[in-house]
Amino acid sequence: MTKQLVISEVKDGGFRNVSFEAVGAAKMVDESAEIVGVVLGEGVSSVADELFHYGADRVISVDSDKLKEYTPEAYSQVLMQVIEQENPDGIVMGHTSIGRDITPKLASRLGSGLVSDVVAIEGGATFIRPIYSGKAFEKVEIEEGLQFFTIRPNNIPAPEKDEGKNGSAETLDVDIKDLQTVIKDVVKNTTSGVDLSEASVIVAGGRGLKSEENFKILDELADVLNAAVGASRGACDAEYCDYAMQIGQTGKVVTPDLYIAVGLSGAIQHVAGMSNSKIIVAINKDPEAEIFQIADYGIVGDLFEIVPKLTEEFKKVLV
Amino acid sequence: MNIFVILKRTFDTEEKIQIDNGEIVEDGAEFIINPYDEYAVEEAIQIRDEHGGEVTVVTVGEEEAEKQLRTALAMGADKAVLIDNEDVEDGDTFTTQALLTAYFKDQEADIILGGNVAVDGGSGQVGPRLADQLGINHVTSITDIVIEGSTAKIEKDVEGDQMMLEVPLPVLVTAQQGLNEPRYPSLPGIMKAKKKPLETLDLDDLDLDEEDVEGKTKTVDRYLPPEKQAGRMLEGEPEDQVSELVTLLKNEAKVI
Repeated sequence: MTKQLVISEVKDGGFRNVSFEAVGAAKMVDESAEIVGVVLGEGVSSVADELFHYGADRVISVDSDKLKEYTPEAYSQVLMQVIEQENPDGIVMGHTSIGRDITPKLASRLGSGLVSDVVAIEGGATFIRPIYSGKAFEKVEIEEGLQFFTIRPNNIPAPEKDEGKNGSAETLDVDIKDLQTVIKDVVKNTTSGVDLSEASVIVAGGRGLKSEENFKILDELADVLNAAVGASRGACDAEYCDYAMQIGQTGKVVTPDLYIAVGLSGAIQHVAGMSNSKIIVAINKDPEAEIFQIADYGIVGDLFEIVPKLTEEFKKVLV
Repeated sequence: MNIFVILKRTFDTEEKIQIDNGEIVEDGAEFIINPYDEYAVEEAIQIRDEHGGEVTVVTVGEEEAEKQLRTALAMGADKAVLIDNEDVEDGDTFTTQALLTAYFKDQEADIILGGNVAVDGGSGQVGPRLADQLGINHVTSITDIVIEGSTAKIEKDVEGDQMMLEVPLPVLVTAQQGLNEPRYPSLPGIMKAKKKPLETLDLDDLDLDEEDVEGKTKTVDRYLPPEKQAGRMLEGEPEDQVSELVTLLKNEAKVI
């Protein structure tokens, strides 16, 4: 039996869904593994139990005001102590802002390999990950030593939740010291509270929106669908929206269940960032737009007419 | 200030990818400086212009990468270093970490800039790995940086939120989109770049053996995703199209 360490993340008082998916990924590496979750932050011990419901056998909480905001220094001190104590056979974490930042530092410290941004696992040891932003895929193996990888949100299913499941809740005191990074402020920008990388529905706009103001009609559609709003590079370059919303080979790569592309042409650099979405809907006034080549459903028409109607129709069906 | 940029030669983002026998076909493809690394080059030049010092651009790659180094020199960098990895088979991010660490341990860098991620491999590992090996702090995905004395004041993108932080030099940072608008090389810049120093180092020069840089991971296959078929175009009046679409998403695609 192996031991798999799941580095979980808490955001806004609850686990991020990708942390449950990480438990699922650890079980795909070894079905019978002992799953040890670790959770870091300030006041996180109270939420730790939920990880048991998804199959963690033990959860180690590290609670400190020095972990309130993420810094690589504090997180690496804590996680190295946990890793040394537990000596796991595998480590998995979400490929999130924090996951991308901390796992290479840990891999360097451990002298290990690391497979980032995994979307599927075959036979317990072959990791599949996109390259060229999803224009291609590669299969990667770590031949010996620690099986260390991060998973892209929304690709590997979380185990079925079972509130009857329980485990051993543990706390660890870590003397976090010599911190040099000083966090001054964190400004929340995201308009709809749904994060692009984890959203199961995304509404994205292109140059066809014509102005920053007009993005409001996408916000309204997104609200009804509990979706995140994204944009093409064209729309960002034209300053209709913030670069944080850009989807594409430069920008974010997303794989939601439903992607609604509005007024964007489908340039190859954009398509690279979204073509692996499960269902793609395209709305564009140009019937020759490239985006229709990859869309499951297409509507040729004036987005300023179609989108508000679509919002109303979803409201009727989803209420 | 002693300013360094780590950059990578990558496929142009407009390129289609072809695969033959598990390998990416490079023939005829256009190559560029990885777009995120281009922000790093621009920022490095701006920091030098404000604070003085020298910008050295460093890449790990084969001979062909000289072209991208010359482009960075033409933008305004002062020196370039090519760490030739031709002798390394099956390298991975650990390999690049080991090569760069061997180079940087003798440099007294005040700041190292790189891209947040390369648009080809896309792992974003090398920056934080290198910083850790050098025992310096790293900040990834930055959208603003101001150097004041021995402190870097940084704005970092956190999935759309912004974190403001301060960290002492030396530091390694990686660039996110929005950091700046990279300049195009000027004609005089291109002429000057031809005379700027470009040094090539191999494993021997860095005192490394092949086993020191052997990858920890192995890519066993590469493939293209199944081609997406064009789907159904909806017909009729806008009202009909919209209601048909919602019905299809609910009953056929089952995504809402």
